[in-house]
Amino acid sequence: MTIRDLPSSGCVDCPVHLAGNLLKLGVDMKDWDFVVALAGNPNTGKSTVFNALTGLRQHTGNWPGKTVARAEGGYEFGDKRYKLIDLPGTYSLLSTTQDEEIARDFLLFGRPDVTVVVVDANRLERNLNLALQVMEVTDRVVICLNLMDEARRHGLQVDDRRLARDLGVPVVPTSARYGEGLDELVGAIEEVATGQAVCKPHRIEYLSGALKAAVRQLAAEVEARFPGLPNARWVALRLLDGDARMRNVVQSGELGELARQVDIVGDPA
Amino acid sequence: MTSAIGAGVLATATAMRWEFGGNLHEQLVEAIYADATRIAQRAVTRPDQKPRFDLDRTIDRVVTSRLWGFPIMLLALSVVLWLTVIGSNIPSDLLFTVLIDTIYPFLKQIAVNVGVAWWIEGILIDGVYLATAWVVSVMLPPMAIFFPLFTLLEDFGYLPRVAFNLDRAFKVAGAHGKQSLSMAMGFGCNAAGVISTAIIDSPREKLIAIITNNFALCNGRWPTQIVLATIFVGALVPSYLAGAAVALVVMGTAVLGVLLTLLVSWALSRSVLKGEVSTFSLELPPYRPPRILQTLYTSVIDRTLKVLWRALIFAAPAGAVIWLISNLTIGGTPIAVHTIDFLNPFGLLLGLNGVILVAYIVAIPANEIVIPTILMLTVLVTGITGVGEGAGVMFELNSEAATGAILRAGGWTLLTAISTMIFVLIHNPCSTTIFTTYKVTGSKRWTTVTALLPLFMGFAVTFGVAQIWRLVEGW
Repeated sequence: MTIRDLPSSGCVDCPVHLAGNLLKLGVDMKDWDFVVALAGNPNTGKSTVFNALTGLRQHTGNWPGKTVARAEGGYEFGDKRYKLIDLPGTYSLLSTTQDEEIARDFLLFGRPDVTVVVVDANRLERNLNLALQVMEVTDRVVICLNLMDEARRHGLQVDDRRLARDLGVPVVPTSARYGEGLDELVGAIEEVATGQAVCKPHRIEYLSGALKAAVRQLAAEVEARFPGLPNARWVALRLLDGDARMRNVVQSGELGELARQVDIVGDPA
Repeated sequence: MTSAIGAGVLATATAMRWEFGGNLHEQLVEAIYADATRIAQRAVTRPDQKPRFDLDRTIDRVVTSRLWGFPIMLLALSVVLWLTVIGSNIPSDLLFTVLIDTIYPFLKQIAVNVGVAWWIEGILIDGVYLATAWVVSVMLPPMAIFFPLFTLLEDFGYLPRVAFNLDRAFKVAGAHGKQSLSMAMGFGCNAAGVISTAIIDSPREKLIAIITNNFALCNGRWPTQIVLATIFVGALVPSYLAGAAVALVVMGTAVLGVLLTLLVSWALSRSVLKGEVSTFSLELPPYRPPRILQTLYTSVIDRTLKVLWRALIFAAPAGAVIWLISNLTIGGTPIAVHTIDFLNPFGLLLGLNGVILVAYIVAIPANEIVIPTILMLTVLVTGITGVGEGAGVMFELNSEAATGAILRAGGWTLLTAISTMIFVLIHNPCSTTIFTTYKVTGSKRWTTVTALLPLFMGFAVTFGVAQIWRLVEGW
């Protein structure tokens, strides 16, 4: 089966389906347990998901590029408070427009507990392009397979389970405009945030042999220099690509801060 | 020694980059694409047969065609405006009856019974209450109809098509094509439009977009234009044509705004903001069936109530000010009359009059309350009796014809109405927009330009129109 239909009766008792569990907090974010980032291509419905979860009314509109700075809000689910960050839409993390810098810097240095990549089920190929890059930066990813209503309208069938297996992270089909699948999304975020679900994200393959070796060697050097860094491979890729911003943070040692933060989280004692 | 921390890593990276040469970026991008394609293909099953025709593409071919693009844009805007004009009459009359014919005398009666001092009664009931009641009854109905219709168009996905159609024109003007999107946002709210210029990367093109955003007719000014056009233009044609005529005139004003945007962008990009035009690709999003109820809800909450609330906040103190300048006298004449007489010659030069200029000064914080202020002041200086209760009292009018009669008694002509509409379109952006501009640009100099350039242009254009009008009329 490809598209999850309405919940069967068995689902009703499941905690995920208790709508009362979700408490929309708006901008009332004094303290929180988890930080969740919303990333995705432009016009895939990030702001719609954001509004549905936080109860805020960020302007949504059917055109790309209307979220220009990041918006923040919060919700509470299962005793835990989540701070949600709506990042500007980007097609990739590899070039240097202002939008991409905001999104990229946040994913790398904002250190979100979970990153939800909102992808358009109708343009999966292009959207996965960004999702794969995000998964290089951070392990803890949930894919929100949005706009399923449109996919149905166009007769597309998207196999979310196969996608989840291939990507190694949870995939939740949604139609955020109509509130479909959001309960499952909140549940998946919780599982990843609390570590109940462990992600084994897909790594970019098909690198040529020489490049693969170079990335491995450089990543090892980065890791040796900055122990505990969660995404040395991505740092290595960016350095090989000549990313000026990445060179700066490596040079200044700012990257080390990131590694230390992760250490603290990893070892609360 | 922080600077040395990553030196070794960087040296290795640089050495490797030499080895791989220039095509490393392409290799990386290709690898990612290859993976994305493979994974997507495994997950997606396409329908066996392509649908015989693609609705989205067919619609796009028509609405972005060279031949039909612009006519359809104008038609869509006229229909929205026409529905607004036709639809606001009834609720407007109803609100008048309730707020001004019923509640106002009731409040006055209470004041008399309680024995409130005359000046307190004046400031509170004749000033504050009437000003806010006026704003509600004049502004609410057109807003409550116009905004949801506009939001429906936006939700449907029409705005990017508008941007697509206008893109070429902006390129010719030396501006960024994305400016058509920030302008489209400006049709809702100029402050939002200025914020949305963040999508433009080049500082030069961003400044052009910010400075010219004012020429996109905003939420606060649509109703003013609609009311003015209804009173003056609607009265000129047979009643069954009035709605259409008003819609056309208001649309003409909005189109004039777009032309001014292009003209000023062109002038700026050839003078103080010279530079290359950058290119960009605009993705046309799919059409989505608008969610009627949700659109109604958000447009009422986000747009209508927000704008109305802002208008009320500014109208209340303005009402008190109007009452005060109408009742405090110097040498037996109210301050308002002194000021109006002083500004009148200048106003007439611009096709306006002293009353309008004073109204603008009183309404500096919010352009939305200009019309109510003008009406109140007109009654005062023309000394029309039997309409209002006394000096500085916003009168009770339950039809546009009566409003028109008052204005004509105050010396208004068709020229005055047209000049006012042009001035409302061009003159300086509201205080919120100016503040937003300062926050976005961080420059006092460009903020001043953004505020003053339109003001002087407003003076210049109305002056020119008035001179030509009088010349033609004199023949």
